[in-house]
Amino acid sequence: MRAFELESVEAIDQAVSHRRVHDGEAFIAGGTTLLDLVKLDVMQPEKVVDVSRLPLKRIETLEDGRLKVGALVSNTELAKHEIVMRDYPVLSEALLSGASTGLRNMASTGGNVMQRTRCPYFRDPAMPCNKREPGTGCSAIEGINRNHAVLGTSEHCIATHPSDMCVGMVAAGATLVLEGPDGQREVAFEDYHLLPGDSPEREHDLKPGELITHVILDAPRSGGQHYLKLRDRASYEFALASCAAIVNLDGDNISEVRLALGGVATKPWRADAAEAVLKGQPATQENFEQAAEAAFNDAVAYSHNGFKITLGKQAIVRALRDATAAARG
Amino acid sequence: MAPVIRPSTGVGFCTPGAQAEIAERPNAASGEHSDTRRITLTVNGEQHDLHVAPNAVLLDVLREQLGLFGTKKGCDHGQCGACTVHVNGRSVNSCLMLACLQEGAEIVTIEGLAESAGFEQGHHPVQAAFLEHDAYQCGYCTAGQMMTAAAVISDDSIDGDETSLREALSGNICRCGAYKNILDAVQSARGKMRGGQ
Repeated sequence: MRAFELESVEAIDQAVSHRRVHDGEAFIAGGTTLLDLVKLDVMQPEKVVDVSRLPLKRIETLEDGRLKVGALVSNTELAKHEIVMRDYPVLSEALLSGASTGLRNMASTGGNVMQRTRCPYFRDPAMPCNKREPGTGCSAIEGINRNHAVLGTSEHCIATHPSDMCVGMVAAGATLVLEGPDGQREVAFEDYHLLPGDSPEREHDLKPGELITHVILDAPRSGGQHYLKLRDRASYEFALASCAAIVNLDGDNISEVRLALGGVATKPWRADAAEAVLKGQPATQENFEQAAEAAFNDAVAYSHNGFKITLGKQAIVRALRDATAAARG
Repeated sequence: MAPVIRPSTGVGFCTPGAQAEIAERPNAASGEHSDTRRITLTVNGEQHDLHVAPNAVLLDVLREQLGLFGTKKGCDHGQCGACTVHVNGRSVNSCLMLACLQEGAEIVTIEGLAESAGFEQGHHPVQAAFLEHDAYQCGYCTAGQMMTAAAVISDDSIDGDETSLREALSGNICRCGAYKNILDAVQSARGKMRGGQ
């Protein structure tokens, strides 16, 4: 692994000071993404700033009912926290479907939000990649793109966002708290990750020098919740298609619904077109199928990943069925 | 820097003397870097003051500076679990952890697994069960499998049914495919350690 300077910080203002506005620096918390990518030479930080000892390890309920999660809470702790298991089961299930026991013990909440794509061309510095090296071209569009996205792609990048946790958070609704040299600001979770467009190297709305300090989950939504993840093997594998669903019923009709997709899109994907189809309608298989069609109306398939459109629709239908069953108790 | 030839210590039963000799060499796991940090780690109950490079991962420090070769380097990218150790009681992939970030941590490797749980060296119920059930072929992944298994067995949030155990153990890959016997061994050890729970 290449050499880098290491600085440890004990306070948030040390972590985000103005002098840190510099591309060659990277924060490290759990390290599961950063060290993997430094070993591959995909990320080449001159300096790594250790934020793992910052006081961001608490989970607390706010007065307005929202749940404030410190960025350094591990994926295991978050998934198994009593309140998360009870009020945000879709998030707990999403977390526990990702990675492995050991990696979840290391990975942090903030780090998971910053997780990079598993696109093999991005991970191989010998290959052209617009995300890693802007302007070099996308090797996946004409390459082996079985694992790539069908939603939110551009002619410059079709890399899939890999996180399960983020899909659960989009469904549950959340706000990111960012601390920077110019103070604190909040960003809606859904708006944080960016579409690749013509600048796939820009993956999120984090300004230079800013640090994610918290994720605040919306007050719990009533109704049934379910996260369904479909993949090549039953565990320890990234999603080919996944769906987080929260369904609220009024009698037999769907009064509220939130749907988010993973494995099929370039960012954690809110399926709002599908939600619009379902709202106020009876919770029937036929309506679930129509919603699934709507979710993939704008999908673009490449040479090897057309199956993801079919699989993604099935994930939506099955997740809706299970969330509806949970809503009925 | 010229490669340092280190004495082989077998499958992780390193004598205290050999450990001390290796530990005194600053920078053994650091590659070409001269800038080191001083850290204190408690490994298998013994405190070590070490000089490590900023980019040294815990796995390399355990193997190359402390001579604890029981922990294996498989993929070196968090994809196989061969490097699993316990840090502050939790199973982790030591290949993706900077050693410098573990200042003050309590670390247990396969060499200290039995004693850390109050058993004689080499006689942790998980180790005995792996022997009894022939839960390996080449043995390269075995230390990591046992470290994860021991953590999973003592975790109250993980149920003992086959589906839950398979899921909890899935981060440890066995290229020989000895999974059936591994699962039998873990079930057996779990039964002995937790009784009917």
